Amino acid sequence: MKTTGIPILNIIVFLPLAGAILCMLLPSASWSPTVHTSSRGSTGGGWSGGGSSGSTSGLGPSSALGPAGLVALVVALAELGFVVFLLIDFPSSGHAAGFQFVSKHSWIGAFGIDWNLGVDGISLFLVAMTALLFPVAMFGPTLRGNSRAFMGWMLLLEAACMGTFLSLDLFVFFVMFEITLVPGYFLVAGWGGARRNYAAMKFFIYTFAGSAFLFVAIIALVFLAAPKNGGHETFDLITLARITSSLPHADQVLIFCGFAIAFAVKIPLVPFHSWLPDTYTEAPTAASMILAGILFKLGAYGLLRLGIYLVPRGAADMGPVLLTLAAVGIVYGSLITIMQRDLKRLVAYASIVDVAFIVLGFFAFSAQGVTGGVLEMVNHGLTTGAIFFLVGIIWERRGTLRFADLGGLQKSMPIMAAIFLAVVMSAVGLPGLNGFVGEFLVLAGTFVTHRWWAVVGTVAVITAAIYLLWAYQRVFQGPVTNPANETVRDITWREIGWVTPLLLGIVFLGVYPRPFLDRVTPSVTYLLDRVEQAAPNADVPKTKTVTYSLPANQDVRGRPGSAPGGSGGSGTTSAAATGTGGSK
Amino acid sequence: MNAAYLIVALPLAGAILLLFGGRRLVEPLSGWLATIMAIGSFVCTVIVWASLLGKSADHRLVDKHIFTWIPVGSLHVSAGLQLDPLSLLWCLFVTGVGSLITLYSIGYMHGDPSFSRFFFLLNAFVFSMIVLVLADNFLFSFFGWEGVGFCSYGLIGFWFERDTAAVAAKKAFVTNRVGDFGFMIALFLMFQHFGSVNYSVVLAPLARGTATLPGAFATGLALMLFLGAVGKSAQIPLYMWLPDAMEGPTPVSALIHAATMVTAGVYLVARAAPIIHFSSAAQWTIAIIGAATALLAATIACNQNDIKRVLAYSTVSQLGYMFLGEGSGDYGAGIFHTVMHAFFKALLFLSAGAVIHALHDEQDMKRMGNLRRYLPITFPAFMIGYWALAALPPFDGFWSKDAILAAAYHKNIGLWIVGVLTAFLTAYYMTRQVALVFFGQSRWFDHAKERGAAGDHHVYESGVPHEAPATMTVPLIILSVASMIGWLLDAPFGGLNFIDKWLAPVFPQAVAVPFSVHTGTKWLIGLIAVAFALAGFLSGVAAWRRAVDRPRLEPAVLARAWYIDDGVSAAVSGPLARMANAFSFVIDARLVDGLVRGLSGAVAASGRQLRRAQTGYVRNYALGIGVGAAIILFYVSLRAGS
Repeated sequence: MKTTGIPILNIIVFLPLAGAILCMLLPSASWSPTVHTSSRGSTGGGWSGGGSSGSTSGLGPSSALGPAGLVALVVALAELGFVVFLLIDFPSSGHAAGFQFVSKHSWIGAFGIDWNLGVDGISLFLVAMTALLFPVAMFGPTLRGNSRAFMGWMLLLEAACMGTFLSLDLFVFFVMFEITLVPGYFLVAGWGGARRNYAAMKFFIYTFAGSAFLFVAIIALVFLAAPKNGGHETFDLITLARITSSLPHADQVLIFCGFAIAFAVKIPLVPFHSWLPDTYTEAPTAASMILAGILFKLGAYGLLRLGIYLVPRGAADMGPVLLTLAAVGIVYGSLITIMQRDLKRLVAYASIVDVAFIVLGFFAFSAQGVTGGVLEMVNHGLTTGAIFFLVGIIWERRGTLRFADLGGLQKSMPIMAAIFLAVVMSAVGLPGLNGFVGEFLVLAGTFVTHRWWAVVGTVAVITAAIYLLWAYQRVFQGPVTNPANETVRDITWREIGWVTPLLLGIVFLGVYPRPFLDRVTPSVTYLLDRVEQAAPNADVPKTKTVTYSLPANQDVRGRPGSAPGGSGGSGTTSAAATGTGGSK
Repeated sequence: MNAAYLIVALPLAGAILLLFGGRRLVEPLSGWLATIMAIGSFVCTVIVWASLLGKSADHRLVDKHIFTWIPVGSLHVSAGLQLDPLSLLWCLFVTGVGSLITLYSIGYMHGDPSFSRFFFLLNAFVFSMIVLVLADNFLFSFFGWEGVGFCSYGLIGFWFERDTAAVAAKKAFVTNRVGDFGFMIALFLMFQHFGSVNYSVVLAPLARGTATLPGAFATGLALMLFLGAVGKSAQIPLYMWLPDAMEGPTPVSALIHAATMVTAGVYLVARAAPIIHFSSAAQWTIAIIGAATALLAATIACNQNDIKRVLAYSTVSQLGYMFLGEGSGDYGAGIFHTVMHAFFKALLFLSAGAVIHALHDEQDMKRMGNLRRYLPITFPAFMIGYWALAALPPFDGFWSKDAILAAAYHKNIGLWIVGVLTAFLTAYYMTRQVALVFFGQSRWFDHAKERGAAGDHHVYESGVPHEAPATMTVPLIILSVASMIGWLLDAPFGGLNFIDKWLAPVFPQAVAVPFSVHTGTKWLIGLIAVAFALAGFLSGVAAWRRAVDRPRLEPAVLARAWYIDDGVSAAVSGPLARMANAFSFVIDARLVDGLVRGLSGAVAASGRQLRRAQTGYVRNYALGIGVGAAIILFYVSLRAGS
C-alpha cells in the first residue's frame, strides 16, 4: 500500500469544505457583486431576451465574481492541483489492486465507525473527474443570482462527492452520499428554471426515498456481520468485505436488493428515472453539469463498491436482473430520447442510455465489461458535462432550447458548432474519442458472458446516432428560419478556455486510454476474483481463451459439397471440436 | 519501410493543421497544404510498395506496431499497421486518386466561404481511409472505418444551410451505423472465439490452413462482417444513403464513390476471405446480394435526371459487381474491378463536376445538351469514362467486368445472367446520360435566362459555359489515361496479370480455391457481354439521340427508385415516429412518471386523512388508547388460552 507524507485524501475532502464555509462567512451581497451585471457590455445584439445576462466578454472570471468567487476559484484550482498530485503519485501497475493512501481515524468507536478514506484504481479517476468538472461548472457558465451562496453550495457538494468516492467506511459513505442531496436541492431550487421548485422537491424526495433502502441495507449488513467479527459492529469496508462474502445466500440477495434499489434511483436506472428529466431541465447549467457528470456516478460507484464488493454472491444472483434492466433501459431510453422537442431534455434523456451502459458493463462480470463501465463513468462525466455547458451557452444567447425555435446556428457560431459536434461524436461513440473505448469494452465484455444482452445493447450504436445527429441538425444545420438565430454571438475565448480541459480529456481517453486502463484493471480484476470466489457458478469467464459454445444445430463440417473445393476437408471436424469445447 | 508511418502521419498532420490553423490560411493555401499532404502520402506508399516488391512473395508482410491502444485483461488491441499486398494495393489507389481529387477541389471549391473546412475534412477522410486499409487488426481498422463515416457526414452536409444536405448527411451516417452494428457484433464474436481481433491471430492460421472454423460460427461471423460491408458499400438493403449523398460538393461524390469510402466494404470482405472461406452460405449471400444490387440499381439509374444521381446509382450497381466477383470466389476479379472503377468513376464524377461548374450548379440533365462544343477537355474525358463504365472494349471496365462475369458463370448461371443483363442496362443508361448532356439541342440557355429573371445570382457572366481551370482539368487528363490503359495492370494475357500475381500471397489456395474456366467458354462469355453492352449502347442511341422526354421509357416507378426510399421514409415518419412519440409522451410521461406522482399523491392523501385523527382532544386520544389496549388484551388472552 502506498502512502505519502501529507494526508492527501483528507485534504481533498476537507479543502472544499473549508472553502464552502469561508464563502458563507464572507460579507454578504452588499459588497459582493453578483455576476449578474445587468445588461451592460456588447452583446452582439439580435438574441431575444429570455433572461440572458450581459457577458463578461474576454475578461477573466475574477473581474465579476467578487470575493466569494475568488475564494472558490482558488480552492477549486488548489483541489485540482492536489488531485493531479494524487494521480501522479498513484502506483501505475503491479500490486496496485488494493486501496492506497489509506487514512483511518477512530470516530464513533462504540459503533465501530471510523473516519476512513482510501483510493483505488476505480475511485481514482472518479476523483480526478470530479476535481476537473467542478471548476469548469463553477466558472464556465455565466452565473445569475447570488454568487456567494452558489459558490458555497458548489464547494460543499464537491466535498461531499469526494467524500463519497473516497470513504472506506459505510457510515461515512452514507453521510456523504446523503449530504450531496442538500446542495443539490438548493442549487436547483435557487438558480433553476421556471419549474425549479417542483423539480428540486421531486429530486430530493425521490432519491431520499431510495436512500431509505440504502440505510436499511447498511444497518442490516453491519449487524449480520457483527457475530463473525467477534461481536463488534464495524462499518469498515475492508473488514466487512472479509466477512460478508460468506454471509448466507438469502441475506446477501436481500441486502444487495436494498443497495440496488437505492442506487438504481440515483443512477437512475429505468424505471426509476422519471425525476431525472425534470431535474436536469430545470437545473441551472452548472448544476446540470454536476448532477449529470458526478451525482449519477455516486449511484453507479455505490453499486460497484457496496453492491458487488460487499455482497458478491447477491450481486451475482441478481446480476441478470440488473443486466436486463440495463438492456431495457438502453432501448427504452433511446426510444424516448429520439422524440424529445427540447435540447436540454434530450441530453437529459440521453444520459439514461449512457448510464444503462455503465450498469451493463458492471454486471457482465468480465474484466472488459467492468473496466469499460468505470471508463464510461468518467466518459459520461466529461462528455455530458461538456454538452450541458454548451447547451447552457446556447440558452444564454437565445433564451430557448426548443428545436422549433433553433436551427441554422452553425452559420453564426461556427466554432461553437465544431466543438458541439466533437462532443456529440464522443457521445455517439466515434472511435478516437473516449466514448467509443468505453462502449466497446462494455459491449465486448458483456458479449463474452451474456451474449444477447450485449446484442440488445449494441442497438444503441444506431439509436445514439439518430437522436444526437438529429438534434445537431435541428440546432445547427438547415436554413435560418427564425431571425433571432441570424446573429448569435459565437462561443467566446473565455468559454473555450473552460471547455478545453474537457475536450482534452475526451480526445486523450479516446486515443491513449492505456494509462487509465492500466490503473483501473487491477482493481477490477481483484473485484471480479471476489465475485468468482463467492459465486463460482456465476458467469465469470474462467479461461481467457475460447468460450464460444456451439449451437445445437451445429454443422461442424464445412459442407464439402458446397464449399468451393471443400479444402476445409477432413481435418475440420476434430479441429473444430477441440477448438470450441468451451466452458458452457 | 519506415515511410509507412508517414503514409498515415502526413494526412493526419494536414488535417490537424487545417483544423486549428485553417481559418488563418488564405484561400488557395489550405487547399495546397492538403494536396501536398495527400501527394506526400501517395509518394510514401509508392516507396513502401517498392520495398515490398523487393522481397520474395512469401515475405511481403510487415507489421508496424505504433502503440498499445486498448489493453484490458485478455483483450489487447494495438494501433499498428500491416503492410501486405492487399493493404498496399488499396493504399495506392486511395492516396493516388485521393490526391487528384484534392487537387481538383482547389479549383472546384474556389470562393467557398468554408474553403479550409473542406480541405480539413478531405485530409481527415484520406487519413481515415488509410488507417482502415493499413490497420493490423479489425478494431483499429474499425477506427478508420468510423472515421470515414464521420468525414463523409461532414462532407455530405458541407453546405449545412441546405436542409436536404443536412438530412442526407444524417441519413448516410445512420445507415452506415446500421452496418456498423454488424461490424461490432463481428468484433465481439472474434474476441470471444479467438481472444483477439488481430489479423495475425484471427486470419493468419486460417489462411495458412493450420486452423479451421466451425461452419455455423463462420457463417455468423462472415455475415456480420458483410453487414458492415453492406452499409459502407451501399448494397441492398442499406444502399439508400448513397444517392442522397450527392448533396455534397462534387469532389466529395468522387472521393466517396470512386476511391475510398464505398470500396471499404469490398476491402473488408477481401480481408475476411479466410473466414468467409468456411461458410458457403456467406459466399452465396454475398454473391446474391451483389448481383441483386447490381441489377436493381441499374434499373433505377435508367431513369434519373440528375447527372450525379445517375452516376451514384451506377456506383451502387458497380459495387454489386464487385461483391458478385468476391462472392463467386474470385477475389482478384472483384479487386481488379474496384481499382478500375476507382479510375473511371473518379473521372466521371470529376467530369460531371466540371459540367456542373460550367453551368453554374445546374445538375438536371434535361437542362443541358450540346455541351461537347463548349467543354473541349471535359467532353473527351467524360467519353472515356463512359466507355470504360459501359464495359465496351478495350477500356478498363470491359476487362474487369469480364473477369467478374467469368467467375459468376462458374458459380451459377443465374448470377451470370443477372450480370449480363446489368451490363446491358449499364450501357443503356450511360448512353442516355451522354446523349442528354453532350449531344442534342442546348437547353441550358433558356433556363439560365429563367433563373436570371428569377433573381438567381448565378447568371452566366459570359453567356456560354466555360471550361474549368487547370487544377481541375489536370486530374481529368491523368484519370482519362488511367481509364484507358489501367486494365494493363491485370490483363488476362501475356503474363500481364500483375494484380493477380501481386495478390497471390493474400489469397492462398487454402482461402480462395482456384478455378479455371475453359478458354473457349471465356471467349464466349466475353463476346456475349460485349454483345449485350453494344445492344444497350444501340438502344440508348436509338431512344435518346433526338428525344429529351420519353415518358414511356421513364416510368415514375423507376424515377422514384421503385418507391423503396419513399416507403421507408413513410414508415419512419409514420408508424415508427408515432410509436416513439407514444413512448415519450404517453408511456414515459404519463405511465412511469404517473406512477411516481400517484405514489406521492397517495402518501400525501393518506397524510391528510391521518391528520384528522390528531384532534388535540385528550378524550379522543384516551379512547384510542383504551380501544387499543382492549384489542391487545383480547388477542393475548386468545393466544394464552390455546
